[in-house]
Amino acid sequence: MSDVADRVKKIVIEHLGVDESKVADNASFIDDLGADSLDTVELVMAFEEEFGCEIPDDAAEKILTIQNAIDYISANS
Amino acid sequence: MRRVVVTGMGMVSPLADGVNTSWTKLLNAESGLNAIESFDVSDLPAKIAGQVPLGDGPGLFNADTYITPKERRRVDDFIVYGMAAAQQAVEDSGWAPQGDEDRYRTGVLIGSGIGGLPVLSAGSLTVDCEGGGGVRRLSPFFIPASLINLISGQVSIKYGFQGPNHAVVTACSTGAHAIGDAARLIMWDDADVMVAGGAEAACCRVGMAGFSQAKALCTTYNDNPTAGSRPWDKDRDGFVMGEGAGVVVLEELEHAKARGAKIYAEIVGYGLTGDAYHITAPSPTGDGAYRCMKAAMKRAGMNPEDIDYVNAHGTSTMADVIELAAVKRAFGNAVNDISMSSTKSAIGHLLGAAGAVEAIFSILAVQNGVVPPTLNLDNPDEGCDIDLVPHQAKERKVRAALSNSFGFGGTNASLIFKSFD
Repeated sequence: MSDVADRVKKIVIEHLGVDESKVADNASFIDDLGADSLDTVELVMAFEEEFGCEIPDDAAEKILTIQNAIDYISANS
Repeated sequence: MRRVVVTGMGMVSPLADGVNTSWTKLLNAESGLNAIESFDVSDLPAKIAGQVPLGDGPGLFNADTYITPKERRRVDDFIVYGMAAAQQAVEDSGWAPQGDEDRYRTGVLIGSGIGGLPVLSAGSLTVDCEGGGGVRRLSPFFIPASLINLISGQVSIKYGFQGPNHAVVTACSTGAHAIGDAARLIMWDDADVMVAGGAEAACCRVGMAGFSQAKALCTTYNDNPTAGSRPWDKDRDGFVMGEGAGVVVLEELEHAKARGAKIYAEIVGYGLTGDAYHITAPSPTGDGAYRCMKAAMKRAGMNPEDIDYVNAHGTSTMADVIELAAVKRAFGNAVNDISMSSTKSAIGHLLGAAGAVEAIFSILAVQNGVVPPTLNLDNPDEGCDIDLVPHQAKERKVRAALSNSFGFGGTNASLIFKSFD
């Protein structure tokens, strides 16, 4: 579990160029971390690659925070 | 008509990152051409290019100076170079809009000949190649990273410039057309300040292969890269690929005076014509080039004897002599009093950036009273009997300079810059 969280946060830090201190579990990609709609698409692609899973569009639309991502990946990979 | 002056300049060239270092090296007869090492050239007939020198330190290009790593992933290299040259030019001009009205009156017009060829090429492999990953692996930034007008878009977003936002795409005359068109937007009162120029970074396998197949590139100097670009020389055999960007800040004269801006030169002439002849070859008569120069002189209200320097298109191809014949026709007897050189001999052909980079060199010639050399002009071709400034820069008064740019599709542009006193 913590492994998934660490890997998710690492991807977010790399892709959004944000400071580690801002990457709280409940942080919203768009509202808190400065992402735009294209960034969120890229983030989901990076999650897919890192965890070897496919995240369908309807599920991707609901991944709005770091916790959403951790929960989805933990349940589906 | 409102008068337009140049108040800022920025450049990323194969000689250096920055206008001053590039210019100093150019005058010192240094070459920016090298063997390509950044990608596999083993199966390419042309293996040399003028690539932007990367690294940390004076004159070396470090993208981190201009763009955050996050933004960097959203753009192809031509946009990075364009944004870098724009930042240099804006900072050099000292222009910083204070309110909305200032921002509405400041526009951007930066073009590119080809755009994001490396990104397009890689994206195509992702989508269409077995093992590429398919549609779902294509970056959401694929389109905005490769679109030509996204240099102008990115620069406007960065600075909040909300005036005309435009881009030119006319192959190798892009940079000149962009500056000429931007000046006209100011003349017509659509803006007071325009950030204008061209950028290119098509020096990749597909780009080299494409120009090779069009039989346009130099292929006989792979072992001696700095000798590859040799305009008007008998032993020239094609152009050397270059990359980089040139951007100027153009400003309405009274606007520039009112804020005490330094003024490099006035843009007084702009001519545009079409050959209507062939997709890649210039008309052998040179008539399009001739009419283009005459149109620029007419717009400037100048006679040939008012112009001292011509920065030629001079790509180091068979077309060099066509341009020279057109210059002789356009200048008449005054051709014996001008100096003409091709700075492509030192930096190669920057395609869509060429016209802008060469406009800056022309402005610097006017400002500094020195004309840059044509390197490698060892044995001038038949009829190349005017002052082509071989090998060494030459000090001389330059009251006005004309810069030529011609592109595939038979598109021509000439700009004239005049000393501003």
